Amino acid sequence: MEFSDFLWMTCGIFLTLATFSFLYKDNPFYKFAEHLVVGVSAGFTIIVLWHGTLVPNLFQKLEDGNWFMLWLNSSEWWYVVPAVLGLLMWTRFSKKYSWVSRWPMGLYIGISTGIAIPLEMSNRVNKQLYAMMVEIDWANFFGGNILSTTSGFAQLLIFLGTIAGLVYFFFSKEHKGVFGGVATFGIWILMIGFGASFGYTVMARVSLFINRMQDTKAWGVEAFNASDVANPHYSSMYPIVFYLLVAFVVGYIIKEIMDHLKRKNA
Amino acid sequence: MTEHKNIFDKMMTLDRRWVFLFLIIVCVATYVVDFEIPINTEPEVESIFNFLDSLPENDIVLIAIDYDPNNLAELHPMTYAVVEHLWRKKVKIIFTSLSQLGPAMADQAIRDISDSLKVDKTYNYNGVEHNFKGREIVNGVDYTFLGFKPYYALIILGMGQDFRLNFPSDYYGTPLDDLPMMQGVINYDQVACVVDLSGGNITDAWISYGQGRFNFPLMLGLTGVMVSQYYPFLGSGQVSGIMGGLLGAAQYEELADNPGRAKDGMRVQLYAHYVIILFIILGNIGYFMTRRNRLKGGN
Amino acid sequence: MKRQLPFLLVFIFGAFMTIQYYIPHESSEFVYTFLLDWTMIIGIFALALGIWSLYQVSVEKIKHKKENWVYSYVTLFGLFIMVVLGFTFKVGDSWGLYSVFVIALMAFLYCLINASIAKSKGLWFGLSGVALVVLLGIAYFDDSWGVAFMTSEGLRNTMFTNFADFVMTPILATMFALLAFFIASAAYRAFRARNVLASLLLVSAIIVMLRFNPYMPFGLPELIAELSNWLMNVPNLAAQRAIVIGIGLGIVATSLKVILGIERGYMGKG
Repeated sequence: MEFSDFLWMTCGIFLTLATFSFLYKDNPFYKFAEHLVVGVSAGFTIIVLWHGTLVPNLFQKLEDGNWFMLWLNSSEWWYVVPAVLGLLMWTRFSKKYSWVSRWPMGLYIGISTGIAIPLEMSNRVNKQLYAMMVEIDWANFFGGNILSTTSGFAQLLIFLGTIAGLVYFFFSKEHKGVFGGVATFGIWILMIGFGASFGYTVMARVSLFINRMQDTKAWGVEAFNASDVANPHYSSMYPIVFYLLVAFVVGYIIKEIMDHLKRKNA
Repeated sequence: MTEHKNIFDKMMTLDRRWVFLFLIIVCVATYVVDFEIPINTEPEVESIFNFLDSLPENDIVLIAIDYDPNNLAELHPMTYAVVEHLWRKKVKIIFTSLSQLGPAMADQAIRDISDSLKVDKTYNYNGVEHNFKGREIVNGVDYTFLGFKPYYALIILGMGQDFRLNFPSDYYGTPLDDLPMMQGVINYDQVACVVDLSGGNITDAWISYGQGRFNFPLMLGLTGVMVSQYYPFLGSGQVSGIMGGLLGAAQYEELADNPGRAKDGMRVQLYAHYVIILFIILGNIGYFMTRRNRLKGGN
Repeated sequence: MKRQLPFLLVFIFGAFMTIQYYIPHESSEFVYTFLLDWTMIIGIFALALGIWSLYQVSVEKIKHKKENWVYSYVTLFGLFIMVVLGFTFKVGDSWGLYSVFVIALMAFLYCLINASIAKSKGLWFGLSGVALVVLLGIAYFDDSWGVAFMTSEGLRNTMFTNFADFVMTPILATMFALLAFFIASAAYRAFRARNVLASLLLVSAIIVMLRFNPYMPFGLPELIAELSNWLMNVPNLAAQRAIVIGIGLGIVATSLKVILGIERGYMGKG
């Protein structure tokens, strides 16, 4: 790894530690990282939208037109229409004309709701209902194992559980009597589902921290590999940068501890 | 009794930073010690691996990198494992990325994996040894990176008509028709399957607008937070396989005999889970004891 | 015109897209294909709105010296640096005076922002003029790098990818990694077996959390793995299926209400 790449990597680790410092308390390093990332990701989006969307999907379509003809003389002149509609969106900044921005909004909302109705109905509702209403395998009810996921028992439980879950979400009728009983079974099933979700969520969150540790370790490994004479990029600058950052972090921690003790004694 | 009350009351009012510190110490300690825990594979992941492994050379797979840096911890290992497996087998890949910061993720993954493909490697899976020669991965031949477009539902539908409709050129500005691997590739009909690696709602769109409308085999790699929500689609056959969180990625790495960051992280997961379970138990003990004491005090 | 036309547009396009699905025809397919492309282009302009308002909010904060206003310069710096890097690229082997150019450009923008809000405008305009001369001079005489607006070399600019890989990615990843600690604290403080329902949730969570744990006696690991597989594929599937169907019906009902103009809140008042 080149030294400049290593410096970039060090920058990444510094920002990682700066962000983690929030766990102790809000501080200038965290604020710096937080504000920086907002700007950088917005800038990244601008560039990706420009190069990835505006240029190929709009500018290049109108390339052979002339600006003084408002590009209406280009071979695919109809691309002027969405551009104009898009520009109308910007009337939102004016109090007087902001109503104009509703036209393109109307078009967008119409299209997105229009495509949603048939596809959501068929894929979220119908296909799930088909899958739910399978013929129950009575002959193989326990399938030799009560924890089988394909036995008749499992099929029945899925069927009843789904119905009960739907009943629980039906608030137009009071949850009393048999209906209430079914709804109670429904909430039980839902709670088991949420529990499973929570179990997975714990794993998800811990993964995020593991990733940061892995990056930090990779940085440390890189620093010490390059201090090995056999390395093609041999330089003692690598560990020096490493120790500088470590010293900085340790220094910051000591300062915080001193401050804490001072406050306690005062 | 007063002594008890003090301990449990203290427990209940403990500064949460002690909780943080304890978790940090356990995670770092288990990460520093190098050991491996066995990974058992589950049918949800096996079905993905077997399908991708059965693809012949020169088939095309669409991999949707629909996650931002927020979720890279769980989904990057999946990307690395799946893409390396496919490229070693000389399967071609179309990358899309319909999440706003996704192009950065895809770009980074493509650069890294291309580098690791340069060296020879032997994998041992399904009981057979697979030797692969290192090779140069070429843009336009081995992969096409289409890039980002806003409004994923429309783009997923648009790609069903023609990739060129919304993507006249790839991420790097080359017209699709100039890329050798895109010759004759019109829409999903020429794609063997779609693997969606996602950390958000885009998965719903791939199910409803993609698989639902165009009927391609759809496989999901999801963050742990989302994974339980997509089991109904697995049950109904709309989705052919699910990799959930770091465990799913570790299982794929295990199946492909290509240990990476996911398997590396699983030992930390194990001990972090112990810690969380311990916290739950301690919290409950504290809760019940203080409640009992309160009730007694009330009497 | 002001109020009715948008709703008419919603109805026309919504009804068209719905009907087109059930009755596909060559001509309707043609319009459908176009609309998919057009809507996306309109969308880009809408996204630009968000970025413009980020800029405005930051400048306002600096202008009125609101809390943490100094950090708004950091946000603006991040925004502009990415834009500059994304439109420039390396031509030769070295970067030449590129870094001086970028610094001069940042200084120019800094002075310009200050000129737009400060009282002593003349001074800031003067300074920005100096910076402008420097950066234009470098841009004109230095051939080791170039500027590209209509071609996307900028996306391959290593400075641009480095900012994405080593600034944007680590911070965002770490911000979410903080959640690992908050969930630990939540597990300690809020996850109580208060009643039957909460206990059910707790037990199923613990089973799922233990399923990849190999260190347990009496063949428990296998049992737990099987049990958690069953939990995911049977009760969890049933629960989530009820939710999926519920949400599906919700989306369809809301979409119908929107298309028919019964639900109008999304357009705002006025």
